[in-house]
Amino acid sequence: MRLTLRAALITLAAIAATFGLDPFRNYQLATAAGVFAAVAGLTVLVGLTGQLSLGHAVLMAAGGYGYAAAATAVEETAPWPLVLLTGLGGAAAASGVLGLLLGLAAARLRGPYLAGLTLALVIALPSAANVLPLGGEQGRPAPFFPVPEALSALIAVEQWHAWLAIAVSAAAVTPLVALRSGRAGLRMRAVLGDETAARLSGVDPALVKTGAFLASAIPAGLGGAVLAIATQQVAPGGYGLAFSLLLVVAAVIGGLGSIGGAAIGSVLVVALPWLVDTAAEAVPADLGQRLTGNLAVLLFGAVVIAVTLARPGGIASLLTGRTRTGKPIKDRIPSEDAALSTNTER
Amino acid sequence: MDRFVFLLSTGLARGAVLALFALSLVIVWRAARVVNFAQAAMAVVAVYAAFALTAASGSYWLGLAGGLAIGALLGAAVERGLMRRLPHLTPLPGMIVAIGLVMVLQSGLAIAFGPEHRPMRPPFSERPFVIGGVPVLSPYELFVLVTAAAVMGALALLFTRTSLGLRLRAAAFAPETSRLLGVRVPRMVTLGWTLSVATAALAALLLVPTELGLNPHAADLLFVNAFAVAVVGGLDSPLGALAAGIGVGVLSGLVTGYVSASAAPLAVLALLMVVLLLRPGGLFAPKEARRA
Repeated sequence: MRLTLRAALITLAAIAATFGLDPFRNYQLATAAGVFAAVAGLTVLVGLTGQLSLGHAVLMAAGGYGYAAAATAVEETAPWPLVLLTGLGGAAAASGVLGLLLGLAAARLRGPYLAGLTLALVIALPSAANVLPLGGEQGRPAPFFPVPEALSALIAVEQWHAWLAIAVSAAAVTPLVALRSGRAGLRMRAVLGDETAARLSGVDPALVKTGAFLASAIPAGLGGAVLAIATQQVAPGGYGLAFSLLLVVAAVIGGLGSIGGAAIGSVLVVALPWLVDTAAEAVPADLGQRLTGNLAVLLFGAVVIAVTLARPGGIASLLTGRTRTGKPIKDRIPSEDAALSTNTER
Repeated sequence: MDRFVFLLSTGLARGAVLALFALSLVIVWRAARVVNFAQAAMAVVAVYAAFALTAASGSYWLGLAGGLAIGALLGAAVERGLMRRLPHLTPLPGMIVAIGLVMVLQSGLAIAFGPEHRPMRPPFSERPFVIGGVPVLSPYELFVLVTAAAVMGALALLFTRTSLGLRLRAAAFAPETSRLLGVRVPRMVTLGWTLSVATAALAALLLVPTELGLNPHAADLLFVNAFAVAVVGGLDSPLGALAAGIGVGVLSGLVTGYVSASAAPLAVLALLMVVLLLRPGGLFAPKEARRA
């Protein structure tokens, strides 16, 4: 109950904040809200179960395609709230199925194998868009939601889309917060801490890992739906390797395992590239062109290295004054890897 | 049939490069128990160095030697400067730092050299020999095959027949015991990284002239395919990397030729998925002891 109240308050505060922003900023806010949903899923997955996914952009793309397909199918016949809900259902279903498949693989795989598999998934996405009926490089159009009559005198369309984005992200992230602080979160931490001990205590690691991947995939898919609402389309070019790595960056900088950190990280990965590119326009054209898009990535890479070396808890640990997930990484009992190295010693 | 022979032989050359890159992943995995996700970016830095050297001196061979040296130095520097400072109990911090390194190196290259594709000329002709009316390997592909085979042979000799190779293997498999016996384990880990990145740089140097040209992302697909190869063959098995490299090279050559170029990454993804689900340790890895 307290959680629902807090979520509602934060959502209302975010919606109130849209009145202080111009249309472009509101568009950026909508993007950040979509990214936030995906990063929140990713940070819970990495921080609590230690499984690194480099492919969350593909889960977002799956959500976007699912949203576009489902919403377009009922666009002509249904009123807009129903179209939106159908689309979100499609997004959750598409990303959920893909997440479940990956989760089944994840349950059998250790760290680097899973990261490599998800990386291969990201690289194969443009090919999949061409081979599968997904509209190739142009992608799929998604329905446009105009501002409802009652509000049209009050707000612009970008602000309306920001409202929708905030509401959808809130609906995607709130269950994740409940999951994280509840029984399921405890099980995930137990599996991460020591798989054998967890199994002896009646926790099935395979089930926990698969479930964690599924729980992380659905918010990512809804995040993809949010991006499709804001841009009215979904195309493979938007979900490449660079974007997928940015999601990891947002999770790491914010602090792995922390939802609040994910929010800060998402705003950073949306706002900083834009700020840097605006600044790059001030320098001479040739250099500026090279800096555009690259300088921000360079900075993010350097910050990720610095955070991992010096402050594994990320921004969240700076705010709360404790390294929430940073400490356990260093002090953790190395059950998995010790087992691995002793096995290969033969 | 002609087409099949042609695709088979170009697939073989492609497979040799894949096997070489996969071998570099196996070397660093055996030496330090990490999968280096920055391997492609580091190799491309070395290729840029080779490109600049070749442009300055006019000699392909000088560029090749310089590129390998830069790759080796970069491997040692990354191990000493970054990887050594990380906690090694879980693979997560190492993977995250490698991802940060990919972003720094690739965007740094794009800032320094621009994003365009720079054509790199191979030292030998790329026109295939025709034997009995059937086009087979080109001189450059032959060069690639011979170089890859020679380097793999040399590495095999190094690891199995020399005292240094023994120390490298001992340091990787039983660090504590090796240290007690007088092996300088940290130095061996650094050396493993050095060898690994130099091998990866060689693979990228051999690949780039056959592709669109040199750009910061030139080796991304090579890394993903080589990772698939290393997993299919088993990350612990150099022989597995060789066999799986040739196999995946031929497979993706045939899929590209008979289906479409965009289907090849999907075929590799499907193969990776199937192998990971059926035999996560790889086809050639020794059976792991039962856990728990």
